[in-house]
Amino acid sequence: MLEELNRLEEEALKALETAEDEEALDQWYRAYLGRKGAVTRMVRSVGTLPKEERPAFGRRANEVKQALEAAYADRRETVRRMALARALEEGAVDVTLPGRPVVRGRLHPATRTLREIYAIFADMGFQVYRSRDVETDEYNFQLLNMPPHHPARDMWDTFYTTQEGVLLRTHTSPGQIHAMREFAPEPVRVILPGMCYRYEQITARSEIQFHQVEGLAVGRNITMTDLKGTLAEFARRMFGPERKMRFRCSHFPFTEPSVEVDIDCILCEGRGCPVCKHTGWLEILGAGMVHPVVLRNGGYDPDVYSGFAFGMGPERITMLKYGIQDIRYFWGNDLRFLEQF
Amino acid sequence: MRVPLSWLKEYVDVTLPLSELTERLTLAGLEVAAVETIGLPGADLPWDPERIRVGEVVEVKPHPDADRLVLAVVRYGEDDYETCVTGAPNLFPYLGKGRVSVKVAFAMEGARLWDPYAEKPRVMKLKKTKIRGVPSRAMVCSERELGLSDEHEGILILPDDAPVGAPLADYLGDVVLDLDLTPNLARCFSVIGVAREVAALTGQPLRLPSLEVPMEGEPAADQVAIEIEDPDLCARYIGMVIRDVTIGPSPFWMQRRLQMAGMRPINNLVDITNYVMLEWGQPLHAFDYDKLAERAEGGKPTIIVRPARPGERMTTLDGIDRELTPDDLLICDTAGPVAIAGVMGGLETEVTETTRNILLEAANFNFISIRRTSRRLKLPSESSARFGRGVHPAMARRGALRAAGFFHRLAGGAVAQGMVDAYPAPPEPVVLTLTPTEVRRVLGISLTLDELSDILTRLEFDCHVEGDTLRVTAPDHRLDVTCTADLLEEVARIYGYDRLPATLMADRLPPQRSNRDLALEERARDLLVEAGLQEVITYRLTTPEREALLLPPDVPREELPYVHIANPISAERTVMRRSLLASVLDVAAANLRFRDRLALFEIGKVFIPVEGEPLPEEPRRLAVLLTGPREPLHWAGSDREPMDFFDLKGVVEALVEGLHLPDVAYVPTEHPSFHPGRVAQLTVDGEPMGVFGELHPLVVENFDMPPRPVLAADLDLEALLAKVPETYRVTPLSRYPAVRQDIAVVVDEEVPAAEVQRVIEQAGGKLLRRVQLFDVYRGEQIGEGKKSLAYALTFQADDRTLTDHDANRLRDKIVRRLEATLGATLRT
Repeated sequence: MLEELNRLEEEALKALETAEDEEALDQWYRAYLGRKGAVTRMVRSVGTLPKEERPAFGRRANEVKQALEAAYADRRETVRRMALARALEEGAVDVTLPGRPVVRGRLHPATRTLREIYAIFADMGFQVYRSRDVETDEYNFQLLNMPPHHPARDMWDTFYTTQEGVLLRTHTSPGQIHAMREFAPEPVRVILPGMCYRYEQITARSEIQFHQVEGLAVGRNITMTDLKGTLAEFARRMFGPERKMRFRCSHFPFTEPSVEVDIDCILCEGRGCPVCKHTGWLEILGAGMVHPVVLRNGGYDPDVYSGFAFGMGPERITMLKYGIQDIRYFWGNDLRFLEQF
Repeated sequence: MRVPLSWLKEYVDVTLPLSELTERLTLAGLEVAAVETIGLPGADLPWDPERIRVGEVVEVKPHPDADRLVLAVVRYGEDDYETCVTGAPNLFPYLGKGRVSVKVAFAMEGARLWDPYAEKPRVMKLKKTKIRGVPSRAMVCSERELGLSDEHEGILILPDDAPVGAPLADYLGDVVLDLDLTPNLARCFSVIGVAREVAALTGQPLRLPSLEVPMEGEPAADQVAIEIEDPDLCARYIGMVIRDVTIGPSPFWMQRRLQMAGMRPINNLVDITNYVMLEWGQPLHAFDYDKLAERAEGGKPTIIVRPARPGERMTTLDGIDRELTPDDLLICDTAGPVAIAGVMGGLETEVTETTRNILLEAANFNFISIRRTSRRLKLPSESSARFGRGVHPAMARRGALRAAGFFHRLAGGAVAQGMVDAYPAPPEPVVLTLTPTEVRRVLGISLTLDELSDILTRLEFDCHVEGDTLRVTAPDHRLDVTCTADLLEEVARIYGYDRLPATLMADRLPPQRSNRDLALEERARDLLVEAGLQEVITYRLTTPEREALLLPPDVPREELPYVHIANPISAERTVMRRSLLASVLDVAAANLRFRDRLALFEIGKVFIPVEGEPLPEEPRRLAVLLTGPREPLHWAGSDREPMDFFDLKGVVEALVEGLHLPDVAYVPTEHPSFHPGRVAQLTVDGEPMGVFGELHPLVVENFDMPPRPVLAADLDLEALLAKVPETYRVTPLSRYPAVRQDIAVVVDEEVPAAEVQRVIEQAGGKLLRRVQLFDVYRGEQIGEGKKSLAYALTFQADDRTLTDHDANRLRDKIVRRLEATLGATLRT
């Protein structure tokens, strides 16, 4: 009997090695270890043995059973791994095929730049203040130190409406007066974004409508060196710390002294190229100390208060940053352009 | 303003290299927009100093084989001669005259010159050749070949004193600074004005030309009288009389300077007035004195400066008969107008070839009047440009004397004694005070009184220290200095903007106010972007006709009030828009050429005129547009069904949920722009917020789009954002499991789904946490005029685990309520 048992063990182990899948394993188990399996039957037949042989046979039968159970478990794990490996192999995909498209929305690039500007100035305590597009001549020109027929009005080609004294704002500067009149005599630190309009032929470089963001700070201790510091900070964050900035004397009727601010050309690093008209510099904003007349019109005593103002074009800034050659792209809204942002 | 460097150097030594000079000028506000180099290194065509030289034609001989060509023998060095073949008409007079001396620009083989016959600028290299049998390896050049002007009729003839053999670049080469001047820099519209700035910026002395003039004969005052009707329009009028002038070409140097400054030489009389205008910035005019005398019929000519009378006419020197208005300032005599002040002279009294005696005008006119007239008559000129920006009346005397001197020297004229100077209202000198404290307060830099005085003195301000204050008198060539702030700019400019330190504001931070209005607008943008939409920004200028396309052609249009542009730049941009949708539809139509699927939105202002108010309302609107397949094309297949009403409604729902709007409802409505039965009004708190739906096919057609469903929303963003709650509360999460039950109920077709949902939610009470409609079915099984709505109901309690029994009870209650209120039946 013992020999038979040993032979059975040997046979079972051999058979186990040929089991390649779950089904074969189950079959094997039934054949050897199941209720009617060969090993089970042999164990049960212990009663036919002489009494003295029974303990030895019993021990051995248990050993065999355990060994086969263990071998079965091992084999089962091996088979499972083999099956998994096969499945994984068959499940490979062409990873170069395009993914399922996710429909992504996007902000217009002008909005993106506006938000960037808001964020930079918010960190310096400037808050957004908005005012109307259709303005009076009084707010757009007169209160900004440009009486009728002032030569400086030539700097702004204006759209007039059929209503006497009403025009489309040529800059966001009327907002300076609105803001000052609202907040005086408190100090003011605001940025004034908005759409502006100019009577100009639409070309790659000029548009009839464009955004402007103007800044205004009024207080008892505001100096031109503060203006320089504030704008240097802006330029550093908007265009990167490696940019050089220069302050150039200019003229706006509502600021005195007036400044034009250039950064060294992003494209040619200041060596000179068509974008910077071979000067090495790109004009990014106009600025200055608020003219005493404007301060007074806003409700502040210019002998006590001082202030600075600056203005920039978000579209122009976007063009410089991304190398856009044609301003008409902005209101053209061609998705092939918009989707590049 | 174009300033030749050689001319500038007449008044100030230029000690800086060119690049530094342009940088200093630019930083000081005189923006050098361009630097034009003529003949020197750096020019588009530098003149080779070896090969292009001053030459002397010593003899002009006939060409053996051609009538229209001659042979010019040119000396171009101590003893270097070369024979050139040329057809220059201005050498023909010397043919066969034996020994002559004509100075020319001479070019040798290998020299590079402009090809005079090329259509586009092209450089040619001079080669050895044979012209009609005569060998030629050099040439005499025209202005066009040298790049001096377009002139190619004859060759360039140089003054007799031109040094033979000298490189032409040394003799004629120059650099012209092209300055872009802001309106406050009116004083720099002159070479002397720019020289003043260079002198102040570089600390060099200024050399002004002498104004001494030898005078003779009958005093000017006996020959002309001057009357000014309104001193506000004409602050000063100087007349000088110059007799026996000889008209002819002006000297070469004057012609060259005029050319480089951008003016065309005419004759010595005209050139002198232009030259002095460019030099001093004072426009001048010369009348033919004898014509004035003739008009005075033997009397003393009297110049009268006055506004035009209504209906008055005059023929200007361009030959055009012009009607004048009382806004135009005229120079008249007793017989009528002789010139439009500061804008253009009259034909009758113009200086001509036969002029012998002239009346020179140096006047000062009101800049507003000049601007208005030159604009109305569309006659911009060098003169009106200067007057229109403002000229100090003190300049008139300088201009008059300088010009008189030239008439004497260059035209042989006899300058009559004295001048007639009508100067009714000389401006008071501008006296201002400046303190170091004020400089520190505004500029943020500390300068001593001496330093301030030094800076301003360089600009010819008269400075006196009085205690701790500087008393400053502005020089009489400047009109732009009127207040202390103007002095501060001068101080900063000359001190150097580049030397100002950068500081951060030390002033106290103003009260920080939150900008809810902007924050919510940006939130709405973000929500729409999250919903997969592309933002567009369109023109706010449009036409009423364009917006009328939002209605199908057969719908009667009411006249809507618009903000109209008085001076539209094109027929497509005549009014301010009242709608975003029309522009967004235009964008969609344009993009459909490249894209099949569009999901767009715009947030922006529209402009609604208000009866009796000068200014319109400017409310913000929101437009959304969807069209095309639901999903983009994909290799594994995608939902390519066209987007429909419910795609758009999903976007609207995302927006109102994201804004946490309370009590939102979608009300069936009618709107002529939309497909009947596929349009809803969005209401919040029962108030209308705008409409959305599928556009009427005829509207889609109006916008030149192919027939296809186009979904659009036109919402009132102001109303919408006004409903956004200040804040909202978050519901705590239950720790107990939820139970899901599905029901399907059959209701009449007319019963809106929202009503069924409302009844379910009411009946379900607070344990009903979620109601999801997952199927809508119509078919035979449920009968005609009926629909089946299937809902997934989620029940959950905060304090215990709900049993199936609890859920069943709630479910039965819901079903009973549906049966009772909506006549619904449970579908089994």
